[in-house]
Amino acid sequence: MQQLLQQLINGITIGAFYALVALGYTMVYGVLKLINFAHGGLFMWGAYVGLTGLNVLLVLLAGGGAVAIFPTAVIVMVTIAMVGVLVERVAYRPLRSAGRLAPIISALGVAFILESLARNVYGASYKTYPTGLIPVGRVEILQGVRVSLMQAIVLIVSFLLMAALYLFVYRTRIGTAMRAVALDHEVSRLMGIDVDRIIATVFLIGPGLGGLAGMIVALYYGSFDFTLGWIFGLKAFISAILGGIGNIPGAMLGGMILGIIETLGAGYVSPQWKDVIAYVILILILIFRPTGLLGERVAEKL
Amino acid sequence: MTTWRPRLQKIPPLWWQAGLLVLAILLPLPLNDYYRAVLWRTGLYAILGLSLNIIVGYAGLFQLGHAAFYALGAYTSALLNLHFDIPLILTWPASILVAALFGYLISRPILHLRGDYLCIVTIAFGEVVRLALVNNIFGITGGANGLSGIDRPVLFGLVLRSPIHHYYLVLFFLVLTLFAVRRLENSRLGRAWMYVREDETAAEAMGVNTTRVKLLAFVLGSGWAGMAGALYVARVPVVSPDLARFIESVIMFCIVVLGGTGSIPGVFVGTLGMITLPEIFRFLKTWRDAWMGVAMVAMMIARPEGLWPSRRIRMEIREEE
Repeated sequence: MQQLLQQLINGITIGAFYALVALGYTMVYGVLKLINFAHGGLFMWGAYVGLTGLNVLLVLLAGGGAVAIFPTAVIVMVTIAMVGVLVERVAYRPLRSAGRLAPIISALGVAFILESLARNVYGASYKTYPTGLIPVGRVEILQGVRVSLMQAIVLIVSFLLMAALYLFVYRTRIGTAMRAVALDHEVSRLMGIDVDRIIATVFLIGPGLGGLAGMIVALYYGSFDFTLGWIFGLKAFISAILGGIGNIPGAMLGGMILGIIETLGAGYVSPQWKDVIAYVILILILIFRPTGLLGERVAEKL
Repeated sequence: MTTWRPRLQKIPPLWWQAGLLVLAILLPLPLNDYYRAVLWRTGLYAILGLSLNIIVGYAGLFQLGHAAFYALGAYTSALLNLHFDIPLILTWPASILVAALFGYLISRPILHLRGDYLCIVTIAFGEVVRLALVNNIFGITGGANGLSGIDRPVLFGLVLRSPIHHYYLVLFFLVLTLFAVRRLENSRLGRAWMYVREDETAAEAMGVNTTRVKLLAFVLGSGWAGMAGALYVARVPVVSPDLARFIESVIMFCIVVLGGTGSIPGVFVGTLGMITLPEIFRFLKTWRDAWMGVAMVAMMIARPEGLWPSRRIRMEIREEE
């Protein structure tokens, strides 16, 4: 029982990462009907930019410790968001009317560029984040069930971000415009919505969140390499599909479910088969319920 | 085009086909072993590209897990040789059958999926196969290190061990593949594939059994990738799960798409760009993924029909504009 609870907590933490990244996939799919394969790469670059930012800031602040994390997070979000907008402008916008195959290949191409750049700039070896920035601070909430300070921060930050995004999409004018664009580009244009700008906004928010998630993931695990984006990206994409792609609450739910299933699978079945479990879930979902768990409200798709 | 084109077209096709074949036979003779190995690799990936072209090019189904079948063919050949001492050459039919069988089993439940969803499922299947090999499934695949100590193939008493032997072996199969895919392209089945690719609903209305036709594309393409896997084992007596890596699938996919989806000469152009050039220009190799990426983006924007497209596909794409 204690073990189960502990696994659930770990699973929810990982699920929160998946959810943050899945939001980027789901939002882009919503407005462009495109699987943005480059998203995993942007996420990974978040981890690298965060690493450089932290190292520079730690020197500048002369050992400021945890204080350096916040400005670094801002730098990461801004940088990756800008790269995201650039990717949309260069690789996706010219292909908007080019059928379905061309944008997918273009997206795969961008993913390769991002991964290869990271490998050639930072090297293929594992990179480690500065340690000791956040104290371990394990708290025993129940007998034998512990939550670390890091986990608590990750969960709080993720939920705040998701809540903010939800409010943004469902309560603001721009959010409403996004949902309109997701339904129909042409009609949105007739209603006076600047479709290009809305799509650019989506590519600002999605990669911004994804980049931040990259940094948080790297902080949480402590080390990573250039393959991070691919594995995590695929898992996040599975989360998006699981919840119903194009659906924002769905992405959050899907991330949580996948995180929990995976952790339980690793704990009770076999850690080696953890990834296989995720892929099998994806395959089963696509075969039996391609709309995902929350996918029935098609009209509400972002 | 300029004046050379009609003149070239006056030459009977058999002539330049024979000419190309003679060239392919003579080509490795003045080269050293390194370049002969490069030629071998080129031929092997051309076979893989042609096999994937059946699925992606003719039938229009996105398959991004093709490397899994290549690996399955290689493992089948290796396992039969290691455990039952079957000479490599006799394992080749089994490689084809096993890969084709998996192609059937995997594609059967997912045929109803649309383009990008199909693409994702095939990625997932490819990864499942790779992870199963890494995790030493049934204790026979040797885990992450794979299998080694596989025999050399023996053909009429000749042990094939030097690069030139393997080049000619692959060339033989390449010519066989070319013959087969040309016949397929112009067959009833080939026309049905293209019909399904261009308009599935219309094809169905005209009495084409779309499920069966798409299934056949997957089975034939996968089986032939299995043959390519067996050819790999014939030269490299070590197999590892790396054969099924996603990047391999992407390379195969790019060979088909960048050269020109559905076009046989396109597959050769694609192989040249994705395999031969990076092998010859080593400095391209560290940056190969990046240059692949740039090529993919640039091609989709500037020339989505590919470098040497089939006439039908070009008309299809240009018509949409």
